[in-house]
Amino acid sequence: MTTEPSLKRSLLEVRDLRVHFPVKEGVFSRVNRFCKAVDGVSFSIRPGETFGLVGESGCGKSTLGKAICRLLRPTAGSIEFEGNALQSLSKSGMRPFRRDLQIVFQDPAESLNSRQTVGEILEEPFIIHRLGSEAERRAKVTALLDRVGLAKSSVSKYPFEFSGGQRQRIGIARAIALEPKLLICDEPVSALDVSVQSQILNLLMELQQEMNMSYLFIAHDLSVVRVLSDRVGVMYLGKFVEIADGDELFSNPLHEYTKALMSAIPSTDLDAVRDRVILRGDVPSPIDPPPGCAFARRSPIEVSEEEASQPGDFVEVSPGHWVELHPATVRDYERYITPSR
Amino acid sequence: MSEFPARDEPLLSVRDLVTAFDTDDGQVVAVDGVSFDVEAGKTLGIVGESGCGKSVTAMSLMRLLPQPAGRILGGSARFQGEDLVTASEERMRSIRGAEIGMVFQEPMTALNPVHRIGKQIGEMLLLHEPLSKAEAWQRSIELLKLVGIPAPETRVGEYPHQLSGGMRQRVVIALALACNPKLVIADEPTTALDVTVQAQILDLLRSLQKRLGMSVIMITHDLGVIAEMCDEVVVMYAGRVAERGSVRDIFGNPQHLYTRGLLESIPRLDSPRKQELTTIPGAVPPLSEMPVGARFAPRSSHPEVTAYLESASFREERPVLVEFAPGHWVEDCRYVRAFEGEMTK
Repeated sequence: MTTEPSLKRSLLEVRDLRVHFPVKEGVFSRVNRFCKAVDGVSFSIRPGETFGLVGESGCGKSTLGKAICRLLRPTAGSIEFEGNALQSLSKSGMRPFRRDLQIVFQDPAESLNSRQTVGEILEEPFIIHRLGSEAERRAKVTALLDRVGLAKSSVSKYPFEFSGGQRQRIGIARAIALEPKLLICDEPVSALDVSVQSQILNLLMELQQEMNMSYLFIAHDLSVVRVLSDRVGVMYLGKFVEIADGDELFSNPLHEYTKALMSAIPSTDLDAVRDRVILRGDVPSPIDPPPGCAFARRSPIEVSEEEASQPGDFVEVSPGHWVELHPATVRDYERYITPSR
Repeated sequence: MSEFPARDEPLLSVRDLVTAFDTDDGQVVAVDGVSFDVEAGKTLGIVGESGCGKSVTAMSLMRLLPQPAGRILGGSARFQGEDLVTASEERMRSIRGAEIGMVFQEPMTALNPVHRIGKQIGEMLLLHEPLSKAEAWQRSIELLKLVGIPAPETRVGEYPHQLSGGMRQRVVIALALACNPKLVIADEPTTALDVTVQAQILDLLRSLQKRLGMSVIMITHDLGVIAEMCDEVVVMYAGRVAERGSVRDIFGNPQHLYTRGLLESIPRLDSPRKQELTTIPGAVPPLSEMPVGARFAPRSSHPEVTAYLESASFREERPVLVEFAPGHWVEDCRYVRAFEGEMTK
């Protein structure tokens, strides 16, 4: 299978990454099967770029995010961050990279220590990395609070004293404390109300401008990804099915799954004429994925079982636009097949 | 002029509903004087953000408030001429399920994990209709077929955990429809589902409504779901109705600044990328500190709102709803209504 080629000057390079979890079954917890959460993923992120990662529950997007910042150990494949291989580093081996590679989680209530004050939470990264004197650290914390739009008096408060949106601001402040080069945002706004969601998205966009960070922005909401991302990758059952520049993907989606995701979003435009792509059935389990093209049996383009059991090819159909090419995934797919391939 | 002109009696008519909870900090009013009508065969949407009182409104109508903390303090909810607020507990038990069906956000909370699906639907049927067990089982299969579950003869004998989230929500819809209710209350029925599954479930609800002709109250935070599903819309803010009207009124010509703010802050597929999104500044006041006056005023962008916030009127006078256009009602306080020269991005 072809993979997305290396980009010049990329900050992060992921090659054929796999994360398989053993499935323990029976009284003896024997492992006979594996849940293939991430199953051969390749992509890159340039400095200052936002790569949006979309897909539905269970597609492996969060697992991929956690594997990249090595909260999980990948089963196979490589993760190169500024040319350094991260995939098999130990906990202590990862430490020097932690400064540059941070993550913001969906539920800030769960990721913040409820027994620490906000001041302690935000000071911790500086203490762990032995940066600055006590006075300097305090000054940093005050500046951080100010930067994410929280009052100075927040320092002595505990996370539970804040609303969901404010807690997410604390989570962001902690993640950007050491000025990382790559920030992994794992569904950072999906637990928030719409009016708060737009405040947090604006904050993330401002911070990126100021600090020139790269984002891996993981979300299930395509319209949120649309606003933030330079490039977007669509995941289905552990694999990318389409990657393209944001404008290109949203104006010219090729994969039937991408089209289904886009057309499924309920629109507030009452007069919108839509051609809704309704998928058949449910997402198959990543434990025993169907052979061949994982999407074929749900696609509105019906193909024979024989065709469905053949895997598709991930190919570049126009500069920077990659798609899983298979009779069941792309309409008139023959016209994208070039003789050279 | 009366807020509700005389016409054919609606299926459900809610007036000045007030619901409160006893908390450690004293009594807090979660629903503060909510009124709306649901016409036969139509869908009414209630939209608002967390804590606005939309779910408590539904719970009050079903008389399923958490006990003993929750209480209806006032108002009425006439359903086919009968007041749900004052009906006996026994009467409510026969209304629930039979005449009013319910669909909740999380299907696993509505389904019993240790009983087969057929048994659960069957129990609902046996409770309200004179059927034999075998007939009830047969009807369960028909209902599963109605909600589009493949191989219903097999599925009827399975347990909830054997089904996917979308399939479970179909079972919950089958349960809600089992006794041909006149009204279905759906509280965030698709919020826990993925978008492609949500699209399937919304499609199903629409086609069932066309076939069976029931009314639906759709409670959601998602304005897109409202736009696609509803005829009439109630926008709630901080326990009160901010604006109410047809879906055309609300989406085409919103009059309350909160409705406008909500509509403008949603990112859309056609939004330009990397451009600042419109936000509503500030946050909802805590329930225990609710002002009497227009509750959205502290977040309003109206140029003269500061004077209003300091006035006795804000402290003491509760704004009523006025009819802006036929059937389109908005909170009567100029500081929270669309104004001339308003900045719209």
